Amino acid sequence: MTVRKNQASLTAAEKRAFVDAVLELKRTGRYDSFVTTHNAFIMSDTDNGDRVGHRSPSFLPWHRRFLIQFEQALQEIDPAVALPYWDWTVDRTVASSLWAPDFLGGTGRARDGQVAEGPFAVSGGRWPVTVTVDGRGFLRRALGSGVAQLPTRAEVESVLAMPTYDTAPWNSASDGFRNHLEGWRGVNLHNRVHVWVGGQMATGASPNDPVFWLHHAFIDRLWAQWQARHPRSTYLPAARTRNVVGLDDVMRPWNDVTPADMLDHTRHYTYDTTA
Amino acid sequence: MSRITRRHALGAAAATALTSLALAGLARTAGATSARRATGHQPPEGHAGHDGPQPFSETFQGRRIEGAPSHADGHHGGYAVRIDGEELHVMRNADSTWVSVINHYETFTTPRAVARAAVIELQGARLVPLA
Repeated sequence: MTVRKNQASLTAAEKRAFVDAVLELKRTGRYDSFVTTHNAFIMSDTDNGDRVGHRSPSFLPWHRRFLIQFEQALQEIDPAVALPYWDWTVDRTVASSLWAPDFLGGTGRARDGQVAEGPFAVSGGRWPVTVTVDGRGFLRRALGSGVAQLPTRAEVESVLAMPTYDTAPWNSASDGFRNHLEGWRGVNLHNRVHVWVGGQMATGASPNDPVFWLHHAFIDRLWAQWQARHPRSTYLPAARTRNVVGLDDVMRPWNDVTPADMLDHTRHYTYDTTA
Repeated sequence: MSRITRRHALGAAAATALTSLALAGLARTAGATSARRATGHQPPEGHAGHDGPQPFSETFQGRRIEGAPSHADGHHGGYAVRIDGEELHVMRNADSTWVSVINHYETFTTPRAVARAAVIELQGARLVPLA
């Protein structure tokens, strides 16, 4: 069974195995197909039209399925690898071991934002950025530049306390847990972390930065924690709703999986700790 | 990949011609919008409509940024933004704020603000169409 661990508790060998599997996925070209898929959904999900991956109730089950697919691709390379998660309420500075050269590498240099050390530095020759909107072929970051502070645990708690999963109009204007977690309203959790990292993470092609998976693994874990706190709450809308994925509707691009199929993560993986 | 390669192969003259075409396109769509307004036509759901932002054109940090209402397919929010003639994918949120593909997790009050933020983020790099 796959166990997703806090990135801060990974051993040196676990970090190396994760990085090596990601680099191998990149070499074969499969990694970039995940970037392309994500950007296609970012650009087509609109508040008043069809919306599946973002700004809609299915933001959470869509990314859960997307991460499972990515994790399975890594496990085809190394069956021992699981996606780690980044608890940015705790590891909230550039000094975190997450950004060390033996894991994801640090922030970008001042001149051009280029990440110049670690396994994903372009100089290593193994991380060309090709699915991009601006032709710059190197990984960029500006940690803490776009916004000064990552969300705090108290801010996370205030969102976990919301009992209703989502509300009409089921988009970026909604009240409820999903939209506050996504960050279009309120204290802003998920969106703010993308902005804090900067570089490609702030763009539609955000999976170009491997931290994308660690960020979304933590968002996914917060969904599981919300479920544990609100056992009588569930995914909404339950009924078929225009432009939106209801509980039993299939999600693009897979077309064979519904939000209902994604509610119980323990069928696919567990977390190292429950709370 | 092939698109980028092809674009890089295009000469400067071709790039200039593309920019001119893009500008003509902007002017056409802006004109069409004026006609719609004159007849009181209601724009389709999800488009900027009568309360949409006005066109703009300026040089910001050495880049030409332009915006104008558009009703062509793919212009979410019914508004097109260009940087040095290349389209910047923008989207209008339900609360009337804006995002672009360059700053997709941060909202801006106007298309001009989203264009300026993209210029800063690009640090001189060209926009390349992705989709």
